[in-house]
Amino acid sequence: MPGSDKETDLTERIEAFLSDLKRGGSGTGPLRGSAETARETTALLRRITAQARWSSAGDLMEIIRKEGRRMTAAQPSETTVGNMIRRVLKIIREEYARSRGSSEETDQQESLHKLLTSGGLSEENFRQHFAALKANVIEAINELLTELEGTTDNIAMQALEHIHSNEVIMTIGRSRTVEAFLKDAARKRKFHVIVAECAPFCQGHEMATSLSKAGIETTVITDAAIFAVMSRVNKVIIGTQTVLANGGLRAVNGTHTLALAAKHHSTPLIVCAPMFKLSPQFPNEEDTFHKFVSPHEVLPFTEGEILSKVNVHCPVFDYVPPELITLFISNIGGHAPSYIYRLMSELYHPEDHEL
Amino acid sequence: YFNRSYLLFGCAYQQSEGRELTKEEKQRLRKEKKQQKKNKEKKDDNASQESEKEKKSVSSSSSAPQPPTQPATQKAPSAVPAPAPAVVPASETPAPVEKPAKSKAELKAERRARQEAERASKQGKKGETGQQAATGKPKAPPSELQPVVKRLPEHIQVDNPDVLKKLAKKLERQQIPLRLDYGYKVSLFSHLHQYSRKAPLTQQLSIPSSVIHPAIVRLGLQYSQGIVAGSNARSVALLHAFKQVIRDYTTPPNEELSRDLVNKLKPYISFLNQCRPLSASMGNAIKYIKKEISNIPSQCKEEEAKGKLLNCIECYINEKIILAAKAIAKYAIEKISDGDVILVYGCSSLVNHILCEAFEKNRKFRVIVVDSRPRLEGREALRRLVQRGISCTYVLISAVSYILPEVSKVFLGAHALLANGYVMSRVGTSQIALVAKAFNVPVLVCCETYKFCERVQTDSFVSNELDDPDDLIVTRKGKTQLEDWQQVPLLGLLNLVYDVTPPDFVDLVITDLGMIPCTSVPVVLRVKNVDL
Repeated sequence: MPGSDKETDLTERIEAFLSDLKRGGSGTGPLRGSAETARETTALLRRITAQARWSSAGDLMEIIRKEGRRMTAAQPSETTVGNMIRRVLKIIREEYARSRGSSEETDQQESLHKLLTSGGLSEENFRQHFAALKANVIEAINELLTELEGTTDNIAMQALEHIHSNEVIMTIGRSRTVEAFLKDAARKRKFHVIVAECAPFCQGHEMATSLSKAGIETTVITDAAIFAVMSRVNKVIIGTQTVLANGGLRAVNGTHTLALAAKHHSTPLIVCAPMFKLSPQFPNEEDTFHKFVSPHEVLPFTEGEILSKVNVHCPVFDYVPPELITLFISNIGGHAPSYIYRLMSELYHPEDHEL
Repeated sequence: YFNRSYLLFGCAYQQSEGRELTKEEKQRLRKEKKQQKKNKEKKDDNASQESEKEKKSVSSSSSAPQPPTQPATQKAPSAVPAPAPAVVPASETPAPVEKPAKSKAELKAERRARQEAERASKQGKKGETGQQAATGKPKAPPSELQPVVKRLPEHIQVDNPDVLKKLAKKLERQQIPLRLDYGYKVSLFSHLHQYSRKAPLTQQLSIPSSVIHPAIVRLGLQYSQGIVAGSNARSVALLHAFKQVIRDYTTPPNEELSRDLVNKLKPYISFLNQCRPLSASMGNAIKYIKKEISNIPSQCKEEEAKGKLLNCIECYINEKIILAAKAIAKYAIEKISDGDVILVYGCSSLVNHILCEAFEKNRKFRVIVVDSRPRLEGREALRRLVQRGISCTYVLISAVSYILPEVSKVFLGAHALLANGYVMSRVGTSQIALVAKAFNVPVLVCCETYKFCERVQTDSFVSNELDDPDDLIVTRKGKTQLEDWQQVPLLGLLNLVYDVTPPDFVDLVITDLGMIPCTSVPVVLRVKNVDL
């Protein structure tokens, strides 16, 4: 039967994506950038919308939530998956509301006024069936996909507004966004870049070779020299893995030290992060915040006897509090860290924060 | 006459610096004299006398823009990372000096007087500290706070071709090969040397070397390959090598031991400096030895003199390093309480000693060892501590903000303590202090007094050491990203060795004289100088 074929095909794809996620995060650095993950997630969600069997918006949301929970459980540190799912859920809500005819420009947040005046309306169970809903949702998801394609370019376009000539810019590790940002600025301006290599994965090396091939004068330094060199740096531009709900960052390890050194020298810290990295998580969930990989990276097995008597830690991420950050540059422009909570409320519905 | 006589001293000082006045210096002198003739009528003599005296005596000493690398004067060996240029050379600013025109006869008389003064000052200045030497020149202002006449060491003037030429000439004279810089240097550091470990200096020496004692050759090789590393280890190795040199030394006929031995040591020090720039502790040790040698009375017999010197060196090692370590451990153990989690960085022999002693005294604590690429010295510290049975954790420096919330104290070692309270130590130390401060964890620095240095420094750029840049290259998952970094024109690798920590990050310095705040370092230096 064609129906069941489509279903099995769909489940196959979902399984393939899940195993990809599990493998991709196995500690040797991301095999794919977060932008790709976001795109793939959105494409998969579009496929689910198109091929799964659902009759009302509520059903669709249930299906997506279920698959979403499985996906986030496969790789908890890859937050873009969860973010895309929440975006799609918000899209579904919006399309449903539009089909129903009620205007949704009012504030999503709970307010005392809303509670008292619109008593029963908040009991939306999304059970009504609308024929055009499927087409509308898929169209909206397509728009989301186009937005995702253009994020890196949108951020890179703003580069010349932030970099003047003869600057010394510091960065850490490897971020494709920052790479595009700097390369775009290098077309018109001459500046120096100092890259901290970010042990033990040493992704800074790749970044440095790529930047120097694009004609930017680059220097590679060790992580230990970050504070020593910081006094000559004009700006610090970094990428991040996730932007948290309070405006803080979950970035590659070593970023907190970099941020502290920049604060000490009053050097502005600029974070280039596209909107899909914004996550409604807060940093106080101790057990899910940190991710560790094999300590072999730090203390190899060749060290012999002492290995059994020593604890070795190899965390992958660092928390950077919002007080240390000067500016966020995203595909929709620049924001201060105190504005992040507002952006989040526009992207996600509060009921979707917990999938 | 008054003006002439201090020009005389000015010139004497200049001349005693280099073997002969170079062409540029002679030209400058001629220009100065012309200018002085012009300004003769304009200025009042007496009023500007005092200021001129001081300016001239200090400026003429530091005005030589290419300070000679091995001044034969009271200056400690240039290898001591001694110094910031004290005064802006006033030679360019129109010193409104009145000088009468000179005739040939007057010049001749001047020259003769100069030579006399030079000989006299050399006798008076030999092996003494700057303070006393300066009083040998009666024109210098007789105050207690003598401006210690400082000259820039050669190793932070690599971008000055004249300095390099002078160094090359000096090394040629001493028959020591010149070590060449390697690789692309980051522009911020073009004033420093950058050597490659794969090209040790000994390759250019003929074996057996007739100029340099084999113990020194071995020592130089150990330094340049990193086999002997750490400031205490390097100082002790140096002193042992010097003991060997002294044992094998015989005074040539018609020479005095006190003068000849010092001259013998100079090429050795140049050689060691070429192998790896001398550390502050080594500089202080060398100063001490030179002083001891020159204080040997001339009627002393050779065997007796040698015995005395060997004894002095033994005492120095014992007092300044071994006993100091014991004293510091005693103070530091008071600061370690049960249940502490102590963070250490890299491998400091002193800090390891303290931790082992504390463990012997049955304090219950655990240690977190922080390490950094490319040296990875922390692994050595880890091995030593684990061997004693101390429970340890090991992380890299990028994870320090993850691990710091668990830590109760930070113990750091130092390479040198500078006179403005800054701590010069392995690169990364200032970072650890910064993050510890952000988490409100106390930072304690442990340092023996013989590492205290009169230099001042505010950042890690002006005076540092650049290690082999190839050390940064690493192969991960079969790929070596930076393999051909030399071919890529715009790519530079920076491998710093030291950095300076500002005193507001450091809560306490534990020395053998007691526990002092960072800002009391110049007080200790003054006390030590007075003792000497």
